[in-house]
Amino acid sequence: MGTLDPGFTEMLSGDFYTRRLASEAGESTLVLNMGPQHPSTHGVLRVIIELDGEYILRAEPVLGYLHRMHEKMAEDRTYIQYLPNMGRVDYLHAMAWNWAYVGAVERLAGIEVPERAEYIRVIVTELNRISSHLVWWGAYLLDLGAFTPILYAFEDREIILDLLQIPTGSRLTYSYFRPGGVAYDINEEFLAGLKTFIPYMRGRLPMYRDLVTDNIILKGRLEKVGVIPLEMCRRYGATGPVVRGSGKRYDVRIAEPYSVYGRFSFDIPTHSDGDCMGRYLVRMAEIEQSLAILEQAAESIPPGPHLVKGAPKVRWKPPAGEAYFAVEGARGKIGVHLVSDGTNTPYRCKLRAPGFSNMSLFAELSRGVLLADAVAILGSLDLVIPEMDR
Amino acid sequence: MRFDWSFWLAALHEIPEEFVRIVAALVALCVFIPVNALVLVYLERKVAGHVQRRPGPFEVGPHGILQTVADALKLVGKQLFRPYGADRVLFWLAAILAFAPVFVLFLPIPFGPVLTTLDVNLGLLLILAFAGVNVLSICLAGWSANNKWSLIGAARGVAQCVAYEIPLLLALLAVAFMKGSLNLSQIVQGQGNWPWQWNVVTQPIAFLVYFVCAVAETNRSPFDLPEAESELTAGFHTEYSGMGFGMFFLSEYANMIVVCAVAVSVFLGGWKGPLLPGLWWFLGKVYGLLLVIMWFRWTYPRVRFDQLLNLNWKWLMPLSIANLVLTAFVMKVV
Repeated sequence: MGTLDPGFTEMLSGDFYTRRLASEAGESTLVLNMGPQHPSTHGVLRVIIELDGEYILRAEPVLGYLHRMHEKMAEDRTYIQYLPNMGRVDYLHAMAWNWAYVGAVERLAGIEVPERAEYIRVIVTELNRISSHLVWWGAYLLDLGAFTPILYAFEDREIILDLLQIPTGSRLTYSYFRPGGVAYDINEEFLAGLKTFIPYMRGRLPMYRDLVTDNIILKGRLEKVGVIPLEMCRRYGATGPVVRGSGKRYDVRIAEPYSVYGRFSFDIPTHSDGDCMGRYLVRMAEIEQSLAILEQAAESIPPGPHLVKGAPKVRWKPPAGEAYFAVEGARGKIGVHLVSDGTNTPYRCKLRAPGFSNMSLFAELSRGVLLADAVAILGSLDLVIPEMDR
Repeated sequence: MRFDWSFWLAALHEIPEEFVRIVAALVALCVFIPVNALVLVYLERKVAGHVQRRPGPFEVGPHGILQTVADALKLVGKQLFRPYGADRVLFWLAAILAFAPVFVLFLPIPFGPVLTTLDVNLGLLLILAFAGVNVLSICLAGWSANNKWSLIGAARGVAQCVAYEIPLLLALLAVAFMKGSLNLSQIVQGQGNWPWQWNVVTQPIAFLVYFVCAVAETNRSPFDLPEAESELTAGFHTEYSGMGFGMFFLSEYANMIVVCAVAVSVFLGGWKGPLLPGLWWFLGKVYGLLLVIMWFRWTYPRVRFDQLLNLNWKWLMPLSIANLVLTAFVMKVV
């Protein structure tokens, strides 16, 4: 080999994180960077792993490749100007983040929300939850080596995106909620589309089950893999399908009821095994439950205004104080903590991302598993990297 | 000086017929293999498209028929890149080694009643022996690329190919026992025109074991672990670009044809069939099997590595041995 700049060869030996992990690595092990560019880390998660053969001895997630300072940005713009940021925290379940933020603002200023707006919020959030689960489903199977399901999932997701485009005007990074209601009312076209979508999606789910869930290879890959004990969920603060997959019936929609969720009858699916299959089945069952909520909400949506009179405008100032509001996102509990000093910009805005807590499990969970199982575990946590980094 | 025709003609007659046949076959294969690969890639993308409820390639040429030609040209035009620290000789040798044995693999295959290049008695053995070279190329590719993902992919590839070769061989051996020959042409001759006269009827277990092993040997989904995209980025060929990758790609499709051709010759009556000429029956059956392999790929998730080896050592191996013993017993006693 030719002579090289020593700085260059040092660069090839990895950065600070790699070298730190490598310095503690054993003699016959392999230190491997999984990510930030890797097909199954879904974006830019980076996991440094120490391998012994195909077994993972240690894994260390490295975050921050998609850090955009959303919390700091809140301190620099007014309450209303910050709204578009929320759609960009978690691009798959943007509606829930919208809701968590406007919920906190409403609680801070004591704004009442019209009943129709609450129904619209439930409908769009549940639709968005289904689309989020569909993307997870497709991408997860892509991780497991099945190429076809993601295209079926995207075919169904496309209908949801088309539907949500009617009231929101966007397809991914929604900025639809306003403190005191929603930006636009839903129309007949949307409701009619929703009413045809619900039976359509119900008809698709058995096909999903036949094609994928009952497949013997999939069962072999998911069952008894990545078992998360409930105690570990509690230590790391895991929420959403991860904790429900471990047998705990915890859902913010039931535990800290908000909006009109109390008026609908729906089930909180849980699974007692705590393995990847448990989390998988919980998410698949959640699609059905979201459809049940949608059906009830679409039937009983009351007339009325979609936005309260005198809703906050751009330079609106809330009273000084603090407020915390949590909603159930597709990935778990989304919390927004706002501190107001009475000016038109928040003093502090803390975003609690469920993905961050769920991902924290990974380092402990992946100890001693196969590389292929680590991919299955990572996918079963349903990580959205921009949400983790914020 | 006058050109002495008679001398050269006499010299031409001295060349053994076998030699002429092989040279002619190699020239034909130089066309057949790449053209078939182009057709297969197109077919695979169309099959994938229709399985996934989309049209597949549609832009280049009518129904996208020239898409693979465009892709091949793109591959040829790309820079051949060798990563820092890669072993220069072994890195390129691996790509060549992946493709070179393919030519030998095609020689003993009976494409039709007279379309057999090498009508040798050890045809089956020749194919099995040279198919093993593929493992070496995977091993070298993974080792020489100086990439950890490649290395893991290569380790998987070697373990997988070596393991699956054994039941594959045992399954073929059962048929060889029955027919008393390793000559593919003779094995085909021993079968009839109709499906119930084929070896698959008398040896269903061997066919099943062979086909599963053949899918694993060619590293096709659900056994595509050496290149498991979502785990190892691209496995053993992560660092190859342009035609370096093209060689592996070409050899994958050529190997698929070979394993299907062997399956057809040994189990499915080879070129035999009513009405149509033998060659069409042969190609039709081969493409039928290839479609099944493609169908697997676009339907199933990937198995895990320990499951893959468990399937081999705990199921296929005992099954094929039992089948072999049973065949031997029946042949000897009955």
